[in-house]
Amino acid sequence: MYHIISIRDFERRELDYMLDKAEEFDGRACDPRALEGKLLALLFFEPSTRTRMSFEAAMARLGGRSISMDNVEASSVVKGETLADTIRVVSGYVDAIVLRHPKEGAARMASEFSGVPVINAGDGAGQHPSQTLLDLYTIRQSMPIDGIDLGLLGDLRYGRTAHSLAYALSLYGAKLHVIAPNGLELPAGIVSELDERGMEVVEYEDVNDIIREIDVLYVTRIQRERFPDTASYFKVASSYRITPDLLADVRQHLIILHPLPRAGEIDPGVDRLPYARYFEQSRNGVPVRMALLHEVIR
Amino acid sequence: MKKEDHVHGLVISPIKDGTVIDHITAGEALNVLKILGITGSTTECLSIATNVASKRLGRKDIVKIENRELRKEEVDRIALIAPQARINIIREYRVVDKKGVEIPAILRGVIRCPNPGCITSTNEPIESAFEVLPKGLHCLYCDWWITQDIASHII
Repeated sequence: MYHIISIRDFERRELDYMLDKAEEFDGRACDPRALEGKLLALLFFEPSTRTRMSFEAAMARLGGRSISMDNVEASSVVKGETLADTIRVVSGYVDAIVLRHPKEGAARMASEFSGVPVINAGDGAGQHPSQTLLDLYTIRQSMPIDGIDLGLLGDLRYGRTAHSLAYALSLYGAKLHVIAPNGLELPAGIVSELDERGMEVVEYEDVNDIIREIDVLYVTRIQRERFPDTASYFKVASSYRITPDLLADVRQHLIILHPLPRAGEIDPGVDRLPYARYFEQSRNGVPVRMALLHEVIR
Repeated sequence: MKKEDHVHGLVISPIKDGTVIDHITAGEALNVLKILGITGSTTECLSIATNVASKRLGRKDIVKIENRELRKEEVDRIALIAPQARINIIREYRVVDKKGVEIPAILRGVIRCPNPGCITSTNEPIESAFEVLPKGLHCLYCDWWITQDIASHII
């Protein structure tokens, strides 16, 4: 049985295989009955809009159906049921489980109790592998991933999408340029692990110092709750804002990505520029998740 | 009784039945007891020698526990803080089994993950699992690393 738990479990050829597969499902006519008669469970213990909807859309486009646990408050979870029990029960109903849970390692544990494949849709500050695949997929639509210069901007301490993407890019010989507010830097343990994987990581204080030398700018949300007060949040957030002015003289092929939702990190004026790819990125969640579902549900 | 014990006088007397843990890293004897769950309130008859001269280690600690034979899981835990330790199982004053300690590749249920957000820190029916790597211990659930003061994380 094949679970999708962490991007760290993937080798380069497996990532490429999955991206190729997503491309097959994207745009071209795919078999709308490929997963007919199959049932997917969406277990979301934390709020999600796009991840959840894109998994549902992906399943529906392959002819499968989804069931979900809509309301955690109304479920047996509030009666004290463990996640392990919930997984054992639900895996008896369906052909695969998509799980989002606030605890790190929840999906890994779920895979040990499940009789069907588990796809991790985010476990606390941990992993969110389908997001990383769609990030890679979006980059690959514009340029070969090998050897790119990628700028990571925003909350790099808690941002799980940033960590997973950095790990994946280390398999492609990419160079990482990191720009983060004080206290929200990439954790030292991750930097040293990337270094061991042969990845060059360079830190900058100001995005202006590097914006003209990168191929991809990956922006993450700076969360207000990480700051002691609103004033210090706005001070930091405004200095990390991407505006059309900032993008003068950048590389012509630069693309800007964001896992969304954004909270003011990217000025809406940027949306009209050719660099903006975050809505395509979001849309790519469907073919990438179709590829994952098709791969794990046999 | 070993030759070293003779040279420095009889540090602690032989035991009839039980376990002798020899060649413990100097200063770790009390942590070894902690790992074994032996506290001042348990009933085991114990002898402890610390900073005893040792040819192999320079200084070492020795712990003798009467009427208790260590199990494999207990031995594995000791390996984390005293990798050179030797375990001698004693019956009727004779060494009937002698084993080194070996750090396993994966430690299950031995280390508590320090990450409060880790699924193993909840009431789920799972044991913690750490892989043992040169850099330290790596949680197989939440990817946290423990690189120092490993003894304080032992369950």
